[in-house]
Amino acid sequence: MNHLLVPIHEIVGEEEAERIIKKYGKKENFPNILLLDPVIEELEAKKGDLIRITRETPTAGKTVYYRVVVK
Amino acid sequence: MLMKRIAQIEFNVISPEKSRKLSALEIKTPDTYDKDGYPMEGGLMDPHLGVINPGLRCKTCGQKMKQCPGHFGSLELVRPVVHSEFGKKVEDALHATCDSCGRIAVTEEKLKQIRELDEPVEQKTKRILLRTKKAKKCPHCGIAKKEILLDKPTNFYSNKERIYPTQIREWLEKIPNEDLELLGYNPEKVRPEWFVLTVLLVPSITMRPSITLESGIKSEDDLTHKLVDVIRINTRLKDNIEAGAPQLIIEDLWDLLQYHITTFFDNNTAGVPPAKHRSGRALRTLVQRLKGKKGRFRYNLTGKRVNHAARSTITPDPFISINEVGVPKEIADDLTVPELVTEWNQKEIIKMIKDSENVKYFVRLNGARKKVSDATKKEIMEEIEPGCKIERTLQNGDIILFNRQPSLHRLSMMAHKARVMPGKTFKMNPITCKPYNADFDGDEMNLHVPQTEEGKTEARELMYAQDQIISPRYGAPVLILDEDGVSGCYVLTMKSTKLSKEETMQYYYEMGVTELPKTKNENAFSGKQVFSALLPKGLNLAYKTNTCKELIKRGMCSVCKKEKCDSDAFLKIEDGELTSGVIDDASLGEGKGTLIHTLFSEYGPETVEKFYHNANRIVGDILTKKGMSVGLDEYETNSEIEKVKEKAVKEELEQAEKLVEQFHKGNLELIPGRTYEESFELRMMRLGAGTKEKIQQVIMKQKIEELLSSNPKLNSTVMIMSGSRGSALNLTNIMALWGQASVREGRPRRGFKERLIATNKQKDVGAMAGGFIKQNFMQGMKVKEFFYHSMGGRQGEVDTGVSTKVSGYLYRRLANSLKDLNIANDTTTRSASENIIQFNYGDDGVFPMKSSRGKTINIARELEKLNK
Repeated sequence: MNHLLVPIHEIVGEEEAERIIKKYGKKENFPNILLLDPVIEELEAKKGDLIRITRETPTAGKTVYYRVVVK
Repeated sequence: MLMKRIAQIEFNVISPEKSRKLSALEIKTPDTYDKDGYPMEGGLMDPHLGVINPGLRCKTCGQKMKQCPGHFGSLELVRPVVHSEFGKKVEDALHATCDSCGRIAVTEEKLKQIRELDEPVEQKTKRILLRTKKAKKCPHCGIAKKEILLDKPTNFYSNKERIYPTQIREWLEKIPNEDLELLGYNPEKVRPEWFVLTVLLVPSITMRPSITLESGIKSEDDLTHKLVDVIRINTRLKDNIEAGAPQLIIEDLWDLLQYHITTFFDNNTAGVPPAKHRSGRALRTLVQRLKGKKGRFRYNLTGKRVNHAARSTITPDPFISINEVGVPKEIADDLTVPELVTEWNQKEIIKMIKDSENVKYFVRLNGARKKVSDATKKEIMEEIEPGCKIERTLQNGDIILFNRQPSLHRLSMMAHKARVMPGKTFKMNPITCKPYNADFDGDEMNLHVPQTEEGKTEARELMYAQDQIISPRYGAPVLILDEDGVSGCYVLTMKSTKLSKEETMQYYYEMGVTELPKTKNENAFSGKQVFSALLPKGLNLAYKTNTCKELIKRGMCSVCKKEKCDSDAFLKIEDGELTSGVIDDASLGEGKGTLIHTLFSEYGPETVEKFYHNANRIVGDILTKKGMSVGLDEYETNSEIEKVKEKAVKEELEQAEKLVEQFHKGNLELIPGRTYEESFELRMMRLGAGTKEKIQQVIMKQKIEELLSSNPKLNSTVMIMSGSRGSALNLTNIMALWGQASVREGRPRRGFKERLIATNKQKDVGAMAGGFIKQNFMQGMKVKEFFYHSMGGRQGEVDTGVSTKVSGYLYRRLANSLKDLNIANDTTTRSASENIIQFNYGDDGVFPMKSSRGKTINIARELEKLNK
C-alpha cells in the first residue's frame, strides 16, 4: 500500500458514498474494482463499497476517482 | 407513424415447424420457367415468392414491388442433412450425451454440483465436455459410450463407423431439456436437432432477382442456381428411394445433397470444394454475400455512397482565403443546393430562373419535381410561390465540406465556402495543408454539399476552417503558414531588409492599406514596418524568437538584452507595431506560433484569417524579389571549418583507438543497465555524435554570423534560422561529414562473421570498421562508407514503410474504441451505455482547443496585459 506506484485508496463513508453516487447517477455506471484486487483485500472492503482513489496526474495534479467494489 | 424503440434483438435458429409456417409456398420442381418463359408453378421463380417486376402484384400479399418484402418458400428434404455451420455444435452435443438414453454422460450428483456452481454456462459446458470425453460408459443407462469423430464439416463417425443425419437427429431428439440447459441451450427456443435440417427455407425472389440482358436472355442469380441444384438432387433422391434403388446409390445422392446445401450456405467451407458456375467462377452464396470487405456489412451498410459530392485533384492557390475552396466551374454546375422560396427571395429566384441556367429543378409544394429547361421556364416562373423549393447550382459562398482521406482526426473534414473558378482541380489555400496532411503531388480530395439548412448551419458553426486554427489536441495553432511562408516573413522582417517607396506602396496596397506611415526617410522603409500593417492596433507582445534559441544553442549569446538584442533575436510588438525581432517559426509555426495564438485568442478567428490572407499576398513576392535560393557554393567550406574538421576527426580516431584498447584489456567502465559489449558500442556511438556536434557548432557559428551581417545572402541559413525547413544537421551532412552510421540505435553490425563488410579485418571493432563516415555529400563517400551509409538508409526506408502501416492500424483501433465517448453535462466522460470513464473530462476538465497549450489560461500573458 505504501508504494509510489500505488495511489491512495480509501473506503468512502456510507453517507458520503450515497451523496456521490446520487451526484453521478446510477451505481451501475460507476467504474469497478475487483474484490480480489490486492488493494481491496488490504483495505478489507466489502462488495458494493465505494472506493476513492486519489492520484497525481501530469495534466491536472491531484485527481479523485471512484470505483465500486464488485465480485 | 408509430414509433417504438427496439429494446433488444434476439438471434435464433429456426425450427422445421417455423420454417414451414414462414413459407408461402412449398417448392416442388427444379424448373424455373416453362417453354413460354413464364414462371413455373411451385418452382423457384413462382410469383408467390415476391415480385421483382414493377407494376406486377405479389400473389401472396397483393402488394406492388416497392411494398412487398418478398416471401420465403420451403423445400421438404427427403433425407435430413447437417447444417454445416453447426457441425461443431452437433459434435459437442454428441460428445456430451449418451446415444441410447440421451442424458449427459455424467453422474446425477456431479451434474447437480456443476449446476450449482457460480459461473457462466460456457464454463459449465466446458467442464462437462472435459468429463464426458473421458467417460467410458453412460452412468444413467450403463451402455458403453461411443467415440464420436467429426470429419469437417458435416460427416460424423461413431466408433469409426459412419452415422447418417437421420441417426444424429434421432440421437439429439432424445436429449432432455434439463440437460440441454447445462450445454448452454435455451430449450424453449433452440433444440440441437434443428441443426439437422429437414426443411430448407428458400429465400424470396427479392433476394435473388433475375436479370434480363439486352439480348432478352434471362440470367439468374447465383443463389437461384444453387437452389436449382439442391432441388434437382432432392427430387432425384426421392425418385431413387421410391424406386427402391440400392443403398449405395442412395447414400451417394444423400452426400451430394449434403454438399449442395453446405455450399448453398457457405461456398468457402473448409474441406469442401467450392461450387463453380458454368464459366468456372465460384458461386457467391449466402455467407459470401455478408462477409468481408465487399460483403453486405462493410460494403453496403458501413460504406454507403452519397450524392451531392465531388472528387478531384487539388492544387494550391495562396490568393484565396483559408475558408475558401476553389471549385471548378464544371463541377459547380453539376452540384446543386436546394433553396426554399420565400416571399422575400421570390423575386430574385424568378430572376435567376429567367436570366441564368443556374436553377436546375423546381420542387412544388406537394414535392413533385420538375426539371427547369427553356421549354418549362415560363410555366415554372408563373407557378412559383413561397414554400416551393428550387435546386440551384453551387454558387460562390455556399457552405461545403472538404475532406481528405485517411480521415484520422476531426480536422480531416472542414467546412469551407465554395468559390467557383476556372480549371479542373480543387484549389485550396496551402495553409490548410497541415490539418488535411495534403500536398500537391497528385493528392485528390472530396467535396460534399450539405442539402439542408440544419446541415449547412452545423457545418458552418462546428467545422468552419477558420474556427479550427487552434488544434483540439494540443491547444496551439495547426492551420499555419509554413515553408515559404515562414521564410518569407523572416526575410521581410530581417534587420537588413530595406524596401523602396514603390515596393512599400505596392505591398501596402496589396494589404488594403492606402496611407503610408510617417518615417524619417521617405524613400527607405524597413520590412518590419510593412509587416506591422498585418497586425491589429493595440497588440502588445514580447518573446524570444527561434534565432535566440539557435544562438544560445551555439553558445553565441549569454546575457539577454531583451529588445536591445544585437542579433535582433528578441521580438517586441508595441501597439501593433513590430519594433524589434524577426518573425519566424516561434511566431508562426505549428504548436508554437505565439503570434498566431495570441491573435486568435485575443482578436478572434476573423483577424487571423485576414492576417493569413494578407501575409500570403506579400510573402511570396518578397522572396521572389529578394531572391532566396541555394547553390553549391553555399556549401563550400573554408579553411577554418576544414581545420576544425581535421582536428575533430583525428581526435575521434585517437579516442576510438583508446576505447578499443580499453575494451580489449577489459577495463572499460560500464554504463548502468548495459552489458560490457553494449557499453562499448554505446561509447563509440556517443564519440561519433560528439565529433559531429563539434564541427556542426563551427559551421553554424559562421553561417549565423553571415546571416546577421548587414548584407546577408538569402540561402539555406534563412530556412534553418527561421525554422521553416532543414536543420544544422542537414547542413553538416552536406558540408562536413556524415559521422557515425547507425542501424537500430547502434553501430551497424550484421553482415559477415565478426566484421561489417568483407574488406574489413575480422574482429576489428574500431571506428572506421564500425561504420564511421568521414566524408560528406559534397565530396562524395568512399566505397566502404557508401555501404555503411546504405545500411542506415535501408533502416529508414523500412521504418517508414512499417511504422505507417502499424501505427495507422493501431490508431484506427484506438479511435474506433473511443469514438462514441461523450462528455455529459456533469463533466463526466461517459461511454455510449452511460458508464463513467472519467469523473472530470481529462482529469482537469480542459478542452485543449479553447486552452493555451493545454493550460486553462496563460497566466504570464494575462499579467503582461494587466501591466500595460
